[in-house]
Amino acid sequence: MAIKFRTDGKEVKITGEKDMPPMAASLGLMTWNKTGSWRNLRPVIDYDKCIDCFICWKFCPEPAIIIVDERPVIDYDYCKGCMLCAEECPKDAIITEVEGK
Amino acid sequence: MKMTMMGNYAASWGAQLSRVQVIAAYPITPQTLIVEKLSEIVADGELDAEFIKVESEHSAMSGCIGASAAGARAYTATSAQGLALMHEMLHWAALARLPIVLTNVNRAMAPGWSIWADQNDSLSQRDTGLMHIFASSSQDILDSTVLAYKIGEQVLLPTLISFDAFFLSHTMEVVDMPPIEDVDKFLPPYNPEYKLDVNDPRSFGALTSEEHYYEFRYKMQEAMDQAINIIKKEGKEFEKLTGRYYDLIHPYRCEDADLILVTSGTIAETTNVAVDELREEGKKVGNLKIRIIRPYPKQDILNVIKNCKKIAVIDRNISCGYHGIFAQELKSALYNETNIPVWGYLAGIGGRDVKIENIKEIADDTLKSDKPEDLIWKGVKL
Ligand code: SF4
Ligand code: SF4
Repeated sequence: MAIKFRTDGKEVKITGEKDMPPMAASLGLMTWNKTGSWRNLRPVIDYDKCIDCFICWKFCPEPAIIIVDERPVIDYDYCKGCMLCAEECPKDAIITEVEGK
Repeated sequence: MKMTMMGNYAASWGAQLSRVQVIAAYPITPQTLIVEKLSEIVADGELDAEFIKVESEHSAMSGCIGASAAGARAYTATSAQGLALMHEMLHWAALARLPIVLTNVNRAMAPGWSIWADQNDSLSQRDTGLMHIFASSSQDILDSTVLAYKIGEQVLLPTLISFDAFFLSHTMEVVDMPPIEDVDKFLPPYNPEYKLDVNDPRSFGALTSEEHYYEFRYKMQEAMDQAINIIKKEGKEFEKLTGRYYDLIHPYRCEDADLILVTSGTIAETTNVAVDELREEGKKVGNLKIRIIRPYPKQDILNVIKNCKKIAVIDRNISCGYHGIFAQELKSALYNETNIPVWGYLAGIGGRDVKIENIKEIADDTLKSDKPEDLIWKGVKL
């Protein structure tokens, strides 16, 4: 099996553990690992209350808040639902929803 | 070029000759001179390296880990409590397979602040996965530093180079400094396959499960096993360059010996002199210096001791509750292989001087005795 993992375009052939790096290193970018599936709570921005201060963007440890057209947008592919953003928002503009409802 | 220098400076110049790129260090007696000299060398523009002043030894090793993971040749030095504070990061460096070189000036652990020679500090790091050299002369310190990068970068293991406080660290000896052009030919730049690189992003040191971890340990052990042959091969290459050969063990007059003394560090050099005197007295005694304890040179040791009648190990360290660590290791190597009896002596703990006459006494006592003992406290005042 040849896996094309690496961003430099090199193919890495993996047939078993012996082809794996000898240390805990990934073969390339880990963006395929959608950590958003770990989320129990879902932050939702109320854009009427939001003043675009980007404090949430600064505090998000992932980072799963991106800036699109000068507004904060949550990237649910990677947001783990830690709710730090909601805690730090000075306008209480981030609402907590229970995931999977 | 021959120069007189302290053992500490032999370490500094060994790092300079190896063209280390990052030095992250924190001062501690008796090591401080090593990194002080390196900071001067870097400040004077004689070495193109980053010198990172950190707030602890834990951070010193962490800095080296970051640098090495990014593909730089990294170096640090410490002693005793400093090495103990690095402990967590030593496991990290080894499991991340980063060929950092760390010099430790063997100093007694505190309290009872003897800052003198004692091997308990570095032997406490025995199971962290570092290759472990005990240098016994200033020349050995300088050469081992270059060799440690050459070997470590092939097997992807960090190396700990230990040597005795003051007996070596602050003693002037003649050292032959190879020209850096020769060292450059011997030691090419470090270019690892797996590294932190913005152009080829990857995660490093992240979460894994039992699905992979067991195999990491297997590969580490495999690397240690391979290192034995690579140490010998590079030792021979280095000999072509400098005329000096370094192996895992260095036997002296062992071929026909009835009694072989097993030693390390500066005690090993004194023992060579004691052996000459004992031979003049007609006693067939040899000295087996253990230069490298990880990987453990079991087969080499068995080849040397196979015809002797008795073995006496001299340990400047103790695993309290059992006995000397070199003696434990040696006995485990002999088990199932031979029936040669082993006497375990302690000497020089906390930096107490071990003189030629003390070693001759150990040899004479062992020759007279017919009952092997695990733990004999040579010269204890109790
Ligand atoms: S912290 Fe709150 S107000 Fe500030 S940008 Fe984020 S959501 Fe908007
Ligand atoms: S919940 Fe946590 S991970 Fe998700 S956007 Fe907010 S701060 Fe980031």
